[in-house]
Amino acid sequence: MSEPSVDISLTRVFWITLRRDLLLAYRRRNDLISPLMFFLMVATLFPLGVSPEPEFLSQVAAGVVWVAALLATLLSMDSLFRSDFDDGSLEQMLLSPQPLALLVLAKVVAHWTVSGLPLTILAPLLGVMLYLPGEGMSALIFSLLLGTPTLSLIGAIGAALTVGLRKGGVLITLLVLPLYIPVLIFGTGAVQAASTGLPIGGYLAILGAILALGVVLTPLAVAAGLRISVSN
Amino acid sequence: MAKSWKMPKWFYQLGSPRWCYEITGKLLPGFAIVAALLLVVGAVWGLAFAPEDYQQGNSFRIIYVHVPSAVLAQSCYMLMAVAGAISLIWKMKVADMVAKSCAPLGATLAVLALATGAIWGKPTWGTWWVWDARLTSMLILLFLFIGVYSLHHAIDNEINAGKAGAVLSLVGVVNIPIIKYSVEWWNTLHQTSTFKVTEKPAMPADMWIPLLIMVIGFYCFFAVSLMLRTRAEILEREKRSGWVRDLVEAR
Repeated sequence: MSEPSVDISLTRVFWITLRRDLLLAYRRRNDLISPLMFFLMVATLFPLGVSPEPEFLSQVAAGVVWVAALLATLLSMDSLFRSDFDDGSLEQMLLSPQPLALLVLAKVVAHWTVSGLPLTILAPLLGVMLYLPGEGMSALIFSLLLGTPTLSLIGAIGAALTVGLRKGGVLITLLVLPLYIPVLIFGTGAVQAASTGLPIGGYLAILGAILALGVVLTPLAVAAGLRISVSN
Repeated sequence: MAKSWKMPKWFYQLGSPRWCYEITGKLLPGFAIVAALLLVVGAVWGLAFAPEDYQQGNSFRIIYVHVPSAVLAQSCYMLMAVAGAISLIWKMKVADMVAKSCAPLGATLAVLALATGAIWGKPTWGTWWVWDARLTSMLILLFLFIGVYSLHHAIDNEINAGKAGAVLSLVGVVNIPIIKYSVEWWNTLHQTSTFKVTEKPAMPADMWIPLLIMVIGFYCFFAVSLMLRTRAEILEREKRSGWVRDLVEAR
């Protein structure tokens, strides 16, 4: 038997994994809708539960949209490695000669494309529903665009550590939420600043810096977590 | 090839649960006596004899519990992360047990720091809680401890539970510098740190010496409770080995 060819460039591995995950997500389109519906519904609960006054809502809009996006991301996180773990393809990824961190990064990018990106696109609608001042709208979009990939990356650590457990769903929120707080603070900070006419460059720069750090470091932690979970 | 770099011998001895059990058994009484002495002296001096604060009156005296527990909670997190890293890199069983024992202790200390802070905040700031940077980051520290603790208990396989907890605590280390420098980076209600390495404390010696005694006393007390927990953990995990059986039969 001849040696199987492992002579694939890293870029190609990245694209193949990304394409595979996007295709899988496309085949299970219905699963993609639920986090988005959750996002919409959480945002609907606030005017009903707290106060429908436009002045009040326009003050809390940034926070509500961000918290809803954060919870929706968290909700979708558990499925990131679940099906791969169940059908054994995760083990194959661990055994493959390609660096696991790179495969993980591709999977997270795919996950963000079908969860974080739609959330960001949907966010202006929620902003309008919650009377977000017009000046804050672009800040909301840009902060979510820079913030949601970080949420996906950090969430992947929690997903990797809990994928082998039967009751991973609740635990993942416990592990990941504290790590989400800095992103939330700077994300809502940007929108609040924009609403009051202050510059938002600094907030976006920090969000971008956190994202840059996350892209480099979190795949390593996720890979370590997956190796632990699979050996369980 | 570069010459392989070796750690000192005692470092490898730490990896032996039996050696660790024996050495902590010898250290334990000493630390317990020192901790009791320091805590009693520090508490009596701080609560009864230290001068009143000219602004805060007697209410400032809670500093003698608040500062040590807050400092120690952060040190405890660092210890947990370092022990976790050691257990991941050198696959050292004892480091894993130390990391596991740190989580509940650290959570308790964080709760103590937050509670004393709230009690102190009521007379000084007029409110139990403010959403300021240091308070919030301390709360995040508590959540991180709880997260590591629940992860340890959610995974049945002890070795994998230790590894998973280690990865999580290493990821959470990013929070530590944020807590440490929050009072200097942001303008907040919380006062800046009492002790700095490079400067003299901004309070009279009668106030800060008992505080220093309390901090060291807390550290010794922490060492005692950490050793007790780790020893219990060692016995639990090594219960099938010969030396633990001999130990139990000798009782």
